[in-house]
Amino acid sequence: MISEVLRTKREGITALPRQDKPVPSVSIPQNIAVKCQRCKEILYERDWCRNLKVCRYCDYHFKLTAHERIELLVDQSSFVEVDADIVSADPLHFVSQSQVYAEKLEQERRKVHLNEAVVTGYATVEGKPLSLAVMDFRFMGGSMGAAAGEKITRAIELGIERRIPVLISSASGGARMQEGIFSLMQMAKTSAALARLGEAGIPYYSLLTDPTAGGVTASFAMLGDVIFAEPGSLVCFAGPRVIEQFMHVSLPKDTVTAEFIFRHGLIDAVVHRRELRSFLIRLMHLYYPVATLIPVNKQ
Amino acid sequence: MDSREMYTELTPWQTLQIARHQDRPHAGDYISRICDNFLELHGDRAFKDDLAILAGPASFRDMTVMFVCHQKGRGSKERQEHNFGMPHPEGYRKAARLMKQAEKFGLPLVCLIDTPGAFPGLEDEERGQSEAIASNLYLMSRLRVPIVAVVIGEGGSGGALALSVADRLLMLEHSVYTVAAPEAAASILWRDSAFAPQAAEAMRISARELIETRIIDEIIAEPPGGAHLNYAATACNLQDALYRHITELKQLSLEELLMKRYQKFRTFGPFTHKSLSAIF
Repeated sequence: MISEVLRTKREGITALPRQDKPVPSVSIPQNIAVKCQRCKEILYERDWCRNLKVCRYCDYHFKLTAHERIELLVDQSSFVEVDADIVSADPLHFVSQSQVYAEKLEQERRKVHLNEAVVTGYATVEGKPLSLAVMDFRFMGGSMGAAAGEKITRAIELGIERRIPVLISSASGGARMQEGIFSLMQMAKTSAALARLGEAGIPYYSLLTDPTAGGVTASFAMLGDVIFAEPGSLVCFAGPRVIEQFMHVSLPKDTVTAEFIFRHGLIDAVVHRRELRSFLIRLMHLYYPVATLIPVNKQ
Repeated sequence: MDSREMYTELTPWQTLQIARHQDRPHAGDYISRICDNFLELHGDRAFKDDLAILAGPASFRDMTVMFVCHQKGRGSKERQEHNFGMPHPEGYRKAARLMKQAEKFGLPLVCLIDTPGAFPGLEDEERGQSEAIASNLYLMSRLRVPIVAVVIGEGGSGGALALSVADRLLMLEHSVYTVAAPEAAASILWRDSAFAPQAAEAMRISARELIETRIIDEIIAEPPGGAHLNYAATACNLQDALYRHITELKQLSLEELLMKRYQKFRTFGPFTHKSLSAIF
């Protein structure tokens, strides 16, 4: 039973009580306006939110928080967060000229109200269960350290254990330098978990959002059975600035984007934000073994 | 302090200079000294032959092994040909092709790691540099043969990791393994790449520091002053260590081998729980 799948505890998972209403986005007075970063048009807050934070003039996709992303994708009130309390152990006791890493972590936690750069848990999509890991760029540029790597790996292992598909939404500048080699190894750790998921014949859907870069792109982000990206997202390995420095060239703006890599055969689809949920529903329908479908009321 | 002592007390930055030394032995220098009959194989069977990757089977003591390595060049012409040991996607795909061949024939895989990193060009983005690296991580994690990886010089980030998902990860004494080049880390976290020595220190990049993280399994000794002063002696130490580890790994059943490899990488990366971190 689906409800059984979702409620079963496993070691390390502490299920939070179900919420009756969706996690509210930050409430802002209705007459506030936002300026589009790309076309510079003024967008009124209420319309902008209704339009899923996409500019109605030029289609620029503003960044979403992890919770906004989750709310967009899954059945209302179905998301249960897990492992929210996993945090960095600052293994190198890293200090640079501009920051003390441990202090920076504390600051980010207070500022963003998240403990790390990824939110993990499980939910349903049209009643079918899904394990999710959704990154949030606001937390240290979405950089992946050991804590984020651990959470993502556990989300994949939940898929293996419960035989449910996994969705990872990437939003990251890459590996977190302050954790040195431990961050680098998260690339291998998450990829190894996906290899086991793959051997078990369970689907992994990878959603790329703006930006997806470095060690995240070069590991789990590019390993999806189906990889889909939001329009205009920066998706790269080294990125435009490094390319320019290394090759002594000047690249036109918006060179290494989702559309660029789609043209080069590297991803399956570029999907507008308003179509993401229905795209995900199609994936879950096509790749979900029909024999285990449990009838649910259509939304 | 005598010179031997001096070399055991090198800072990470000093170690980096030895790791990058122009006379330091490269993968090809070791292969020719520790093996017979090395057959270099070429190409990714799709687009090109990337000489930043050197690969092929060889007779190693009483067995055949598959080498898949980074190869820097020596002298300016060779350095260009080998692209300074910085692979393009076709290099990683050549690596993958030969790793699968090793699996097909049950050959232990030996990876000698020595790269400043994967090449960061626009064409590399076009040809899927990130996908090529990710695929290798995925492939190696389930490869059904023993894998020993040795960092012999620079372990440059993801470009090095793509050949390092192994049962045993070893490092030569004066080698380094970095998540980002110290110069790059310094320009971001210190706002000035001149702080590269401080960045190298903070990120703990040398073998001596990494052994304490338990991410690497063994440090292979170099002669006093560094491998570039005595190729033969270093090769000898490398050969012994490789043989010992491969022999040990061959004792395991395939199931045990894959499970231990998974667990090895599974446990990398200390984290804690928020409630506990307040106390400690």
